[in-house]
Amino acid sequence: MQAVQVRGAVRFIILSELVIPFLLLILGVALGLYQVLARAGILRTPDFLGINYYQGLTLHGVINAVVFTTFFAVAFGNALMLHQLQRPLRTGVQWVSWVLMVGGTLMAAWAMLTGRATVLYTFYLPMVAHWTFYVGAALLLVGSLVPFFFDWLPSVVAWRRENPNARLPLAVLGILITFTLWFLIFLPLATTVVFQMIPLSLGLIKETNVLLSRTLFWFFGHALVYFWLLPSYIMLYVMLPKVAGGKLYSDPAARFAFLLFLFFSIPVGLHHQYTEGGLSAGWKLWHAFLTFMVALPSFITAFTVAASLEHSGRVNGGRGLFGWMAKLPYWDVRGDKWLFPYFIAGLILFLAGGITGIVNASYNLNLIVHNTAWVVGHFHTTVGGLVTLSFLGMTLYLLTKLRGVDLKAKPLAMAAPYLWMVGFLIFEVALSITGLQGVPRRSNLGISYLDPNNELLYRPDWLFWSHVGALGGVIAVLGFVSYMVSFFGTLFAKPVRQPAVEFPIAEAIHDQPTPFVLNLRPWVVATLLLIAVSYTYPLYEAVARGTLANVPGYQSIGNNLVPMQALGEQTRLPQ
Amino acid sequence: MDLFEKRAFAMALSLLLVFLGLIVYAAKGLQTDLPTCLPPETARQFRKDVGSVVEIGPNRYQVNVVAFMWGFNMGTVNELRVPRGAVVDFYVTSRDVMHGYHIERTPVNLMAIPGAVTYARHKFDEPGEYMIICHEYCGLGHQNMAGKIIVE
Repeated sequence: MQAVQVRGAVRFIILSELVIPFLLLILGVALGLYQVLARAGILRTPDFLGINYYQGLTLHGVINAVVFTTFFAVAFGNALMLHQLQRPLRTGVQWVSWVLMVGGTLMAAWAMLTGRATVLYTFYLPMVAHWTFYVGAALLLVGSLVPFFFDWLPSVVAWRRENPNARLPLAVLGILITFTLWFLIFLPLATTVVFQMIPLSLGLIKETNVLLSRTLFWFFGHALVYFWLLPSYIMLYVMLPKVAGGKLYSDPAARFAFLLFLFFSIPVGLHHQYTEGGLSAGWKLWHAFLTFMVALPSFITAFTVAASLEHSGRVNGGRGLFGWMAKLPYWDVRGDKWLFPYFIAGLILFLAGGITGIVNASYNLNLIVHNTAWVVGHFHTTVGGLVTLSFLGMTLYLLTKLRGVDLKAKPLAMAAPYLWMVGFLIFEVALSITGLQGVPRRSNLGISYLDPNNELLYRPDWLFWSHVGALGGVIAVLGFVSYMVSFFGTLFAKPVRQPAVEFPIAEAIHDQPTPFVLNLRPWVVATLLLIAVSYTYPLYEAVARGTLANVPGYQSIGNNLVPMQALGEQTRLPQ
Repeated sequence: MDLFEKRAFAMALSLLLVFLGLIVYAAKGLQTDLPTCLPPETARQFRKDVGSVVEIGPNRYQVNVVAFMWGFNMGTVNELRVPRGAVVDFYVTSRDVMHGYHIERTPVNLMAIPGAVTYARHKFDEPGEYMIICHEYCGLGHQNMAGKIIVE
């Protein structure tokens, strides 16, 4: 497939969808550094550069996990559609999407930076943030769906009409599934945001149902991780084998994995609510079962990716049972092979994240680790590992193509993912251990449990591994700094060729058309049915059976959270 | 799918099903189960009795905990004393925003959600002090929200 020339508005839109979230990510990472230092008792302050710890935690979560990932998914989808279907993007649609996403992000950023939305990335009720936070977040999400509905889908339909006998390119199928998933989970989130959070934040209502809001949030919130992960999987299937010098092991297996993700990834949200009341244990177990099933496509991916890498290693001259492993381009400065470190480092981190994730999903085993530092270790090797590394690698790659420049500071760009990997492996081990010791996630430990002056709470037995965790965090940040040097060098480098979009696309070894993975429609119908089965009764419990009464929302006034009305007789708890 | 893929798929599926079988055995056989939805009448009763310790049998206690910004009311605030070997049922809810209720070194790890009641049972065999940690963000005093259980 040939490179597609890009210029004008489309080029600006895709470039800025990569650069704007990256600029915010710098703040997000800086705050992450403050958090590891505070959580090791090294920094013992409630604020850092005028930003309160929990305000910073909100910014760190929202920027790194929502803003950066959403912008990247849209930019990546735009570039892939452009290249894989060889059709132009619709500039008008793209501008609408861009304005919504950038406008929404600025609104939410204002609310968070001015301390009006210190409600963390999960924005749980009954804490109520300023309305601009909810509206901003909603606009970002709506904006991210605009290209999918009004640009990509029409292009796919037109492409199908022109190529009636051709299979949809694998990468296009991956993007379609990613955004179908995104749209399906957008609906429950929009429900709680529009009907519960925004009216509360505007003062139109004073009370709310917390369990319902949580259930709707996690209906969205866990499938969200597959929205992060699927673009990475597209890269692993479609691009990694090519970069490694070989072929994709199996095209039908890749399609099957994507479809299984669509089917299983949404009705799993109760595994975030294992330890709360008001929901039946039977339904929690059902969601635990489905969470285990969603590990299946990841196992398929592990097999296919390993097989593709083995094939590549053998093509490169590797011999014997393990000899091929030595023949992969771990450090190869030729062409675009510098991308390989981003993928392999991400995969190694993801191995750790996958194992800890299975522990988290394990129903009663979760009681040992729920809301402890263990969980923080887990998601810094999944979303903070494979997802972040592949997104950063691809951002840099697209930057060189869209600007028509060569990658600057290549050794730094190649060292970055390895530093990040070493840092987060240390971090993962340390936080798993502190998690098992009982260290809570989210708390500013520096001014409580790890402050030697705090006679009531001081826990010297938590110090050692918390320090090891901080060391891991610092190494990862060094990786990020070396990435930044290469990023800005590349951003401001002199163009040496025409800007164009192209991707390394691997051929497949096993490529026979398999009918059941080619038609999307029955999979979407089955997905909707499974969601309906899995969520109808839990939602009934959240609304009618498990929730005893609605409770007041709490708004932050100064340093205090204040109920939005005096407690009514019906909701008063004797003290 | 070729033979290797089929084998990999079958192995992955069997592994997951074995894990799942062990979980179900631990939950239903060994009684390490998660809290379920209490009948509304029962839950309402606990909510009325919050902030109390009731002896419901020989060395068996029911502790009705209400979490608030920033402490746990369990009859006395942030402190609970039970004899060694006591079997304690914890019923937990919140009076304001969300809180967490994690007793270190035990599987008592609960979410205190306003408007809902959750619970766990634990037998305290080892004497000593157990910290109760709030692990859910609940405002600027969150990091200081902790209590203790003293097993005598």
